[in-house]
This record gives sequence, structure tokens and C-alpha cells, in this order.
Amino acid sequence: MSQPRTIAVAMSGGVDSSTVAAMLRAEGHNVVGLTMQLWNQRRLAGHEGMPEAVQGRCCSLDDVYDARRVAETIGIPYYVVNHEERFERDVVRPFVEQYLSGRTPIPCSLCNNHLKFDQLLIVAQQIGADALATGHYARVEFDEPLGRWLLKRPTDRSKDQTYFLFGLTQAQLSRTLFPLGGMMKPEVRNLAEQHGLALAQKPDSQEICFVPGGDYKKFLDAYLAEQGESLPDTAGELVTTSGEVVGEHGGIHNFTVGQRKGLGVATGSPLYVIQIKGDSRQVVVGDQEELYTRTLRVHRTNLISVADLPEPMRATVKIRHRHEGAAALIEKSADDEILVTFDQPQRAVTPGQAAVFYNEDVVVGGGWIA
Amino acid sequence: MRRIYLDNNATTPVLPAVFEAMQAYFGEHFGNASSIHHHGQETRAAVERARESVAALLGCRASEIVFTSGGTEADNLAIFGLTQPGQHVISSTMEHHAVLNSCKHLEASGVEVTYVPVDGRGLVDPDDVRRALRANTGLITIMMSNNETGVQAAGKVPIDVKRMGCDLLSISGHKMNAPQGVGALYVRKGTSLRPMLHGGSHERSRRAGTENVPGIVALGKAADLAREALVRSDLDQMSRLRDRLEQGILNKVEFCGVNGQGAPRVPNTSSIHFDCIEGEALVIALDLKGLAVSTGAACSSGAIEPSHVLTAMGMPPERARGSLRFSLGKQNTPEDIEFALSLIPSTVARLRELSPVYNKTTASSY
Repeated sequence: MSQPRTIAVAMSGGVDSSTVAAMLRAEGHNVVGLTMQLWNQRRLAGHEGMPEAVQGRCCSLDDVYDARRVAETIGIPYYVVNHEERFERDVVRPFVEQYLSGRTPIPCSLCNNHLKFDQLLIVAQQIGADALATGHYARVEFDEPLGRWLLKRPTDRSKDQTYFLFGLTQAQLSRTLFPLGGMMKPEVRNLAEQHGLALAQKPDSQEICFVPGGDYKKFLDAYLAEQGESLPDTAGELVTTSGEVVGEHGGIHNFTVGQRKGLGVATGSPLYVIQIKGDSRQVVVGDQEELYTRTLRVHRTNLISVADLPEPMRATVKIRHRHEGAAALIEKSADDEILVTFDQPQRAVTPGQAAVFYNEDVVVGGGWIA
Repeated sequence: MRRIYLDNNATTPVLPAVFEAMQAYFGEHFGNASSIHHHGQETRAAVERARESVAALLGCRASEIVFTSGGTEADNLAIFGLTQPGQHVISSTMEHHAVLNSCKHLEASGVEVTYVPVDGRGLVDPDDVRRALRANTGLITIMMSNNETGVQAAGKVPIDVKRMGCDLLSISGHKMNAPQGVGALYVRKGTSLRPMLHGGSHERSRRAGTENVPGIVALGKAADLAREALVRSDLDQMSRLRDRLEQGILNKVEFCGVNGQGAPRVPNTSSIHFDCIEGEALVIALDLKGLAVSTGAACSSGAIEPSHVLTAMGMPPERARGSLRFSLGKQNTPEDIEFALSLIPSTVARLRELSPVYNKTTASSY
């Protein structure tokens, strides 16, 4: 084995990150476990319809307890570091603002960009670690000929989290380890058992960590009430793509592109949300065909496998985490803007989501759908 | 790894003599101090001897000491035991959470509380207290020495409750080399106190519950040792070590300073701010190298707000968040101080190097 390193492991109290800590420790490295305290789960409990019992994931006392016990089991120092202020500023607030302007946000990508691989990576280095390891299913490797750090899809495609990692820079990737990139989830659970980790069978967390139960509308109400702000009145018209008013709605944050239910309009055929116009507070509805578009624009882009995009490039583009990915041409259309043109029209392109470009296994880069 | 402990305001190790004194009271002399047989008589005697020791430390009568499970319980007993709805209480903005949160609870049940401010050195102005007095003020509760900037007084400075003129005083065992889980409340004779724990008539019906004999014996022994140390002026040595640490840091690290500068303080504590870094990260970095310190009261670690104590002293939040508390104990040696001084400057430098907000030219503008 190469020289033992000091490696910080971002521990969520889940099986994946716990197994990473155990693996690295077993390899002889000096491992330090870190959990970020990002959101006080008790803060909104009981407000405005939010559940009283605090069952939220991540930073819940239960998860910190689990992480701490794992650290103790494998014999590593463990610390909780508080970044609540930054999380609220860079993840929660934008989450709220995006919904209120008719977009569908992905807080997990923002958390990766601003907290996990920025703030936490800095802390890891400050305390003497030269790398940060996480339980993400992804791979990172240095490509000599290209002279660049590459982010690649993991072996276990069903757990692929590279969609949320498109924002990582070269500097960040050079100090990041994804030890689970070559493993299948069942293997990981087995390994956890072998290491004697009591949480080997703990279910995975699937939801947004600060929205327990997944009801983002209740969260918006509760958060705004707590801040002493009222939910802005964004009630308006439901219109067709040709501008004809067909109904009314009670607030644009209730909708997301592709949504079918909750429109309150009955016509012969099913209607879907095609577009949400924040400025005019209009929600454009249409039939299924109208949901398909061939192009989209991406802003605040980050390129990983290449330094720049001087010429159009073929890539497979994902517009949602659970999207298969579709063949497209990507080209730089303006400063910090990339135009994506799909070979085939894609369903429900949603502003606020990320578009991530792949070349086979390699993440070319990505950005935010305008 | 060599480990040096400079966080004695969080807790202190049980001294060997204290530990030894306790041991007989686990298996050998284990009786319930209230039992009438031989076994009870033995432990009853031990409890009462300990009571006398604590009374001697505080300058009061043994009958004025109530043993509790610790400082927090003693604070609660004093505060809730003496106040009634409709009364007024005076406290300060920099009290320990046991006092502050008890006061908040009082406010929720019809007691008004005035929180007197502290100055930049962490001191309360007695005139502020006088001015806050009302006809219905039932209790004034102010800490004798602050745990973040200058510490629990008992065991570190001579205390004479009669000379001080206070009616109640709480002490925490684990801050003075006794184990966690034991403390005491001095209650001046004639003070009518409502108990919080109801049950048997222990502690003259002021605090029910079978006595924690080993703990109480430990507290008594720790009190004896503390008196001896005070008489011997051992604490001058501790004060010199603290000064050496403080001077060493101020000399070797830029853009740092002592919090509460100029205030009279107990001999073992130094609260120092380091500009442009997060105290939390510095504590972790030092811990990984074997040096144990803290950012402030242990009970507030992980909290989002910077120390309410430092904030009460008028410190800006960033500076409060970049503050560390070094608190020495009886077991610390000059070598421990040198060890700390060998680690701190380079660790602070590393944090600053990696900090997005550190800019040598602007740091001192805080």
C-alpha cells in the first residue's frame, strides 16, 4: 500500500459513508470522521403543518449518533462541524426562491457545490487531511494524457450520483475520493457487516434532507412563516400555449413542468404543465406533445473533462437525475451559456434542474437549465 | 499520541487522592446513609464529614450545605426554589445556560427577569444591579466567575460566603477535581427554599434522593484539597503557567488578542480570539495533534450562535467564533505549555492559509 494519508470522511450516518470510513481505516490511513450540521431539524417541527416528530434525515440526532457509533467502532476521531448558516444561505434560501419563481430546484447539487466540496473540503484541509472521501457512487481519476481530473459514472449504475456532482472543479476533484465507485450496493452492505457496523441494513435516505416527508409546499409555508415573511401571492392564470386563458391557479410554486395533477381544469384530454412564467404568474398548460422540446439553454456551466468548448460536441445529456440521458449536440452559445440540441425531443425540460453532459462514462460537465 | 489537556473549565480529572477516598464507599462501606444499622451509620458519617469540608471551603455552616447531582441542579434548586409567579429576578447576560434557561422558564410562567449587561471585560456593574431592583425583586443571580473567560471560582479563589453576603451559592464537583454527577448549594440559614425533588426527607427536606455517597465523599475530599492549595498559593504557579501560555501565543501569532483583557480573573483561564479563522476548525486541528481545548462552554458546542458570553461582552460574532478557551488545571506542567506553544502558531497559520477570508492586510481591521 502507498503511504498512509490523512483522509477526512464525510459521514452522514448512512451505510455508504460509514463503509467508506471503515474501508479507508482498514487500509491503514489516518481517517477523521466529519459530519456537517447543516439544518436544525427541530426548527420547523410543528409549524404550519410540518410533522411534530423530527424524522428528517441528515443532521438529525439519530444520524449523528449512528455516525459517531461507527467512528467509535472503527476507532477514528469524529467531529460534528456546524455550517448551518452557510447551508441556509446557499441551499435553503435558493431552494425557496427558485420555487417561488416557478423553477424546480435541486438542493443536493447546491449542497455539493457549496458545502460538501467547498466548505467541508476546506475544513478537511485545515485540520490536516489531504483529501475528503465521501460515500457517493461515482469515480474520480486523473487522466495523464489529458492532464485533467475526470469524474466518471460508477459501476453500480442504479446508484449513480454523478448527476449531482457536475459542479466539481479540478481543484476539488484532485482532493476527493469516491471509494465506492467500483462497487455494487449489495457489496457495500456486505462490507459494512464484515466491519461490524450495526447499521449495515439501514435503509437509504432518498429525500431532501431538510424536507422531511418530502412535502416541499409545507416546508415553504413553514419556512416563510418562521422568517416572518408571507408566501408571496403568485396566483394567476392558467393559459394554453396559444395564450388562451383556461383557468386560474393559487400560486406558481405549486407546479412543476410535466405535472398533470392538481391543475383544476377539466378538458377532454389530459393537460400538463408546459411552462411556468414567473413574471406574469402564468402557468402554461398543454397536451402531452407540447411537453416535448428539442433544445435547452444551460447557464452557470462547469466543464470537467475538457477545459473549454471551442466547438460543438456530441454528448449524452441528462435533464433529471432519473432521466436516461439522450443524445445531443452541445455548443457554447454565449459567455457561460451552452445550447443543447437533442436528436430527439425530450419530455418536460424543467428550468431549475441541471443538465449534465456525458461522454460514455465520463462526465463532460453540466450547468443549470434556464 | 501525547495528549495534553487544557480544557479544565469543561471538566477536571478526579485527583488520585479524591479517587482513593471514594473507593471504600463502593463495595466496602456501601450503606444507605439513612439506614439505622451500622452500614448506614458509616456512610452517614462520611456524608457529614464531606459536608463539613465543603462548608469550610465556602466559609459557612455544614447545615447550610445541600448536596445535589451537580452545578446545574444546584442552580435550578436555587432559582426555582426561591421564586414565585409575580416576582422579579435579576440576572446577567452572560450566565451559564443552567441559569439562563431556568430564567427563561421562569419568564414563561409569570416571573419578570432583568438581565443586567456586562462590559467588555465581562464584568457586571453593581450600580446596574441596584438600578434594576424593584419592590418585588425576589432573587438576584450572578455568576461569581465566568466559565468562558475566567472560570468557576470555587477551588480557585478563596470564597467566604458570609463576607460576600450572598444567600446562596452553587458549586459543581467536576470543575474541582471531583467526579461528574455531584455538586452542592449553600443556602443561608433562614432562607426558605422549595425543594424540586420530592420524596424522602434527605438534606433537611430540601433535596430528596438517596445520597450519592461516593460522589459526596469525593466532593468533600476535593474541597479539602482545594483549601490546602489555596493556603499554599499553588494557584500562583498556575497563574504563571497561564500567563506564559498567553504571552507565548500573543508573541508568536499575529492578529490575536485576549478576550476580557484587563478584567480581574481567576488564575487558570485564557480566552483568546484568532482573527479570520473558525474556532471550531482550530479546536479540531489541535485535537488531532493531541492538544485539547475548546471554543467556549462545552454545553454550547455545535451551536450556531457564537458564545453568548463573548457576545454579551460586546464582541462581534466573527471574532467570538474565532475564539478559543485555554483552561489549565492542577495537573498541567510547564512542559504542557511548551507543547501547546509548539503547536498553536503553525496550526493557526495553516488554517489562515486555507481560509477564504484571510487577507494579511485586512485581518487587523476587525
